Amino acid sequence: MSLPDLKHYEALSVEAGSVVRQESAWQRVRGNGAVRFGAVALAVLLAVAFAAPWLGTVDPSLFDAGSRDLLPGASGEITTLEGETIRHTFLMGSDSYGRDIYSRVIYGTRVSLAVGTCAALVALAFGIALGLTSGYLRWLDGVLMRIMDGVMAIPAILIAIALVAAWRGSLPTVIIAIAVPEIPRVTRLVRSLVLTIREEPYVEAALALGTPTWKIMLSHILPNTVAPLVVQGTFICASGILVEAILSFLGVGLPPDIPTWGNIMAEGRVQFIEFPHNVFFPGIFLAVTVLAVNILGDGLRDTLDPKMAKRV
Amino acid sequence: MYAFLARRLLATIPVLAIVAVLVFLMLRLTPGDPAAILAGDAANTEQIAQIRAGLGLDRPIVVQFGIWAGKLLSGDLGESFYYKQQVTALIAQRIEPTLSLAALTIVIAVLVSVPLGVLAAWRFGSAFDRLLMGFSVMGFSVPVFVLAYILIWLVSLKLGWLPVQGYQRLADGFWPYLRHLLLPSITLSIVYVALIARVTRASVLESLGEDYIRTARAKGLPEARVLVRHALANAAVPIVTVIGIGIALLIGGVVVTESVYAIPGLGRLTVDAVLARDFPTIQGLILFFSFVYVLINLLVDLSYVLLDPRIRY
Repeated sequence: MSLPDLKHYEALSVEAGSVVRQESAWQRVRGNGAVRFGAVALAVLLAVAFAAPWLGTVDPSLFDAGSRDLLPGASGEITTLEGETIRHTFLMGSDSYGRDIYSRVIYGTRVSLAVGTCAALVALAFGIALGLTSGYLRWLDGVLMRIMDGVMAIPAILIAIALVAAWRGSLPTVIIAIAVPEIPRVTRLVRSLVLTIREEPYVEAALALGTPTWKIMLSHILPNTVAPLVVQGTFICASGILVEAILSFLGVGLPPDIPTWGNIMAEGRVQFIEFPHNVFFPGIFLAVTVLAVNILGDGLRDTLDPKMAKRV
Repeated sequence: MYAFLARRLLATIPVLAIVAVLVFLMLRLTPGDPAAILAGDAANTEQIAQIRAGLGLDRPIVVQFGIWAGKLLSGDLGESFYYKQQVTALIAQRIEPTLSLAALTIVIAVLVSVPLGVLAAWRFGSAFDRLLMGFSVMGFSVPVFVLAYILIWLVSLKLGWLPVQGYQRLADGFWPYLRHLLLPSITLSIVYVALIARVTRASVLESLGEDYIRTARAKGLPEARVLVRHALANAAVPIVTVIGIGIALLIGGVVVTESVYAIPGLGRLTVDAVLARDFPTIQGLILFFSFVYVLINLLVDLSYVLLDPRIRY
C-alpha cells in the first residue's frame, strides 16, 4: 500500500471508530450484563438504606437486658426510647446488650454506602485537582509526583489507621482517612490523561484562540477524563466500604455507638464460638455490597474504558 | 548491571525520605501537643517536658525533623510509652510470626494462582475460565476477616482439623508451628490468589497469541511444555511485578488476620499501638512496613534481568 493510501485509511478508521463510540457508549453500558447486575444489586441496597425505618426494624441503639444473646428468629421484648416495652422478633438474633442485630445490620447499610461514596468523591476531588495541576503546571509536576510516590509506598490501610489514630474516629475523619491513600492513584490517572489530551488538536486550537488555561482545563480536558474517573471512583467506593469495615472491626474506626457492619462484627467476635451469626450476618451484607460495587466497576471498565480493560 | 543497581538503589532514597517526612508530619499535623501525644495519656508534666526538650519541639520544624531523622538514620525509632521499650526491640520480638505468615501466604498463593491462571488462559472463555474470573472478583470483595471467620467456623469448629487461634513459635517444634499458621495463611492468600491469577491469565493470554507459540506447537512440542516453557516464561515479568505490588495488600491483610487469629506479630502490634495511641510505635511500624515494601519492589525490579534475558541494565 502506498503512503497516501495508508494515511487515508487511518483517518477513515479513526473517524469511524469515534463516531461509533459516541453513539453507543451509553447503550453499551446499559447492555452490559455486569453493569446491569451490579446496578440492580446496588439499587436494592440503596432502597434498603433509605427504607430502613420501615423494614420491620427498631431504633438500632435500643437494647433490653431481658433479650440478650437471642438466636435468629427468636421473639423477645425491647424497650423503646419512650420507655415502652414492645414485643419484637429478632430476625438475626440479638447481641450481648440485647440489641436487635437485624436493625443494626439494616441501618449499617446507610453508613457503609455513605462512607464508600463520600470516600470516592473526596479522593476524586483531590485527585482531579492535583492531577490537573501536575499535568498542566509542569514546574510543580516533579514535586507533586514524588510526594505521591511516597504516599503510595505506605500500605493503604496503615495510612488510614494512622490518620484515624491521630484524629480519633468520627464520620468525617474516617472518610478522609480512607480517601487519602487513594488520592495518588487518581492523581496519576488524571495526570496521564491530561498529558495525552493536551496534545490533541482541539486543545491546540483552543490555545491558538487564546483560551485561558483554566478554561481549557475545565471545558476541554476535564470532560474527557469522566469515563476513566467513573470507573476508578467505583473501585474506590468498593475498597472504601471494605476499609471502613476493617477499621471499625479493629476498633479504630467509627465510634461503637454508630451501627456499622464492622462495629457489629467487632462486638460479635467475642462470642463468635457460641453465636457465629453475630459475625456472619453483617459479613454477608458487607461481602455482597462490595461484590456488587466491584462487578459494577468491572462492567463500567469494560464498556467505558476499553483501553484499561485490555490491560487488566 | 552494577551501574543500574546503584541507580536503582539511589532512586529508592527520595521515596523513603518522603515516607519519613510524611510519617513525621502525620504527628505534627495532629491537633494537640506532640510531646503530650508521644508521652501518652498517663505521662506527667515532667516527662512531657523531657520529651519536648529531647525532640527540640521549641525549635523550628525543620530542625525538629533534622533531630528526628538523625535518630532514625542511626536506627533509633524512639521508645514506646506503652510497652516502655525501644520500638526497634519491639519489632525484632514480633517479627517471627509476621514473617512466617507472610512467607507461607506468598508460597500458597503462588502455587495455587499461577497454575490456575495458566489453565484459564489456555482454555480462554471456557467454563473454568469464567469460574476463575468470578472467583477472582469474589476474592477481592469478601473481606479478609469475614473469610477468616468462615474458615475458623468450618475448619476449626465444625471439622476440628486445625486450631482456632493462637501461635506456636518455630523453636517449639515445626508441626505445631505449621498447624497454627496454616489457616491464617490460607485466609490471607485468597485475595492474593485472586490478584495473581488474574494477572497470570491476562499475560499468558497475551503471550499465547505470539508467533513463537505457533512455532513451538508446529515443531511438535507437548502442549504442557508450550504452556510452561514458552507462554508462562514469557509472561513472568508482569506476574512477578504484581506479586511485588501485592505486598501492600499483604501487609494490610496481616494487620487484620493477626488480629482475628490472635497472632502476636507486627500486625497485632500495629492495632494495639493504635488503640493505645502509642505514636512512637505507630510511626516505627509504618516506616518499617514501607521500607520492606519498597525493598521488595526493588528486588522485583532486579529480578527482571533473570526472568527476561532481553532486559539488560
